[in-house]
Amino acid sequence: MILVFIDQQDGHIKKTSFEAASYAAKIAEVTGTTAEGILIGTVNDDIATLGNYGLTKVHTLADANLNNFDAQVYTKIIAAAAEGADVIVFSNNTTGKAIAPRLSVRLKAGLVSGAAALPDLSNGFTVKKTVFSGKAFANITVNTAKKIIALNPNSFSVITTSGSAEVVALNVTPDAAKVQVVSTDLVKGEVPLGEADIVVSGGRGLKGPENWGMITELAHLLGAATACSRPVADINWRPHHEHVGQTGLAIAPNLYIAVGISGAIQHLAGVNRSKTIVVINKDPEAPFFKAADYGIVGDAFEVMPKIIDAVKKLKAS
Amino acid sequence: MKILVCISKTPDTTAKIAFSDNNTKFETAGVQFIINPYDEWYALVRAIELKEADPSTVLHLINVGNADSDPIIRKALALGGDEAIRVNTDNSDSFYIASQITTIAKDGGYDLIFTGKETIDYNGSSIGGMVAEIMDLPYISHAIKFDLDAAGAVVVREIEGGEETDKAALPLVVSCQKGMAEQRIPNMKGIMGARTKPLKVVEPAVAESYTSIASFDLPPAKAGVKLVSADNPEELVRLLHEEAKVF
Repeated sequence: MILVFIDQQDGHIKKTSFEAASYAAKIAEVTGTTAEGILIGTVNDDIATLGNYGLTKVHTLADANLNNFDAQVYTKIIAAAAEGADVIVFSNNTTGKAIAPRLSVRLKAGLVSGAAALPDLSNGFTVKKTVFSGKAFANITVNTAKKIIALNPNSFSVITTSGSAEVVALNVTPDAAKVQVVSTDLVKGEVPLGEADIVVSGGRGLKGPENWGMITELAHLLGAATACSRPVADINWRPHHEHVGQTGLAIAPNLYIAVGISGAIQHLAGVNRSKTIVVINKDPEAPFFKAADYGIVGDAFEVMPKIIDAVKKLKAS
Repeated sequence: MKILVCISKTPDTTAKIAFSDNNTKFETAGVQFIINPYDEWYALVRAIELKEADPSTVLHLINVGNADSDPIIRKALALGGDEAIRVNTDNSDSFYIASQITTIAKDGGYDLIFTGKETIDYNGSSIGGMVAEIMDLPYISHAIKFDLDAAGAVVVREIEGGEETDKAALPLVVSCQKGMAEQRIPNMKGIMGARTKPLKVVEPAVAESYTSIASFDLPPAKAGVKLVSADNPEELVRLLHEEAKVF
């Protein structure tokens, strides 16, 4: 059995969990077994619809106290559900990164975090993962009986089928939490950067925070998240959580639009797994053009309004 | 208060990434090595700040690596910390490394164990969680703010699309990232002092490796940029819609 951890936040299953479920279902298909989910805490969503991503069964522990996230408590619960599992799949997000290493120790199961592809089963069990902040891949062989994979967001496409997962309550008494969540502060109405399909990002070339309107407008039109380069976050033009790059968030959206960012190697490290990169910069020598798929050498203040108008027309048509 | 900070040696952020021996080894020729930025700028500096606030704090550093790590350990000691321990091994498996750290930490009486949120070479994000599980301690990952109060620690951590504030009693394992502290540069007094601080080298304990690196790959080269005239940005939107099909 392949077990996938279904991550939830604010009463809803996270988008990255659909990717992880699809990934788990694909491994199950290849290895001739079934894929099951484990969902901890309470959600408003219909859990049975996880069958649409290939899961036959979802183990739940619908205890509202467990909406308080404590990696240690979660690990023990997942370990109970993972008894018959050969592979356990997580999303490589902040929750997955907190639990997967603990579970690795508890189950004596080798962990590959940051997986970028399905496991290669031709010679043992080898998983391609991103290393050097996205500048390279390593093929990691897992030498233990049980395996754990933490899948990078946006690196495996959701596969939908039609199915209904059987929802079974897990018979486990959770430990008392040692970590108390006092408060959560979610940026409402914005697309979380790590999960976004499209990201519009600005750099120092925009000259000041007052000029970010065109970035946010284009992002809004495209249903995109906004991001920025390190200097922009360092001088507080934009919040730190928008910083993408080697020491910020590493992202892999389908489309990354960089406006007024020269493309220092540290910035590229965080975004070079994006499937399509668009660079708008007035300096034709900007190193970012070498990493880009499409580019415009031009003044962002002239180019961006025209792009925004063209997208508006396209969306209206 | 006794704090252990785990530091790792990584290639400089601008290092050229290449592989040798049939793509099985990272090519280190010409590569400058640094303290992993998350370990240094956030975990170590925040620990130093805690020691500055309470000088009775004992601050130890630990590195799992071979003698090539010694220069970065000396640099870390120049920033702060009372002594360092290096576990002498080349092994890079996360569980093996976590086992070495806990072998040292379990008898050390540490109230806090800090790591960076990940290393910038293997990007594993694993050591903190593994150390916590082996020692049966609570773990807070991705901390962007850390403070102590009478009951223990108050930690703000990053979550998808926002932040979460947590409270936990000590002892506690925390992985640190941007926001925890500001980067520091060692001063001359620190550099001189670091020369005489203890750097203990110990041989590794017997531990399993759960994974091994079969090979490395570099991403396929980009086909090259397709430039669109600045006079006709509408064409870019058309290409993205019809050719790249990204919206």
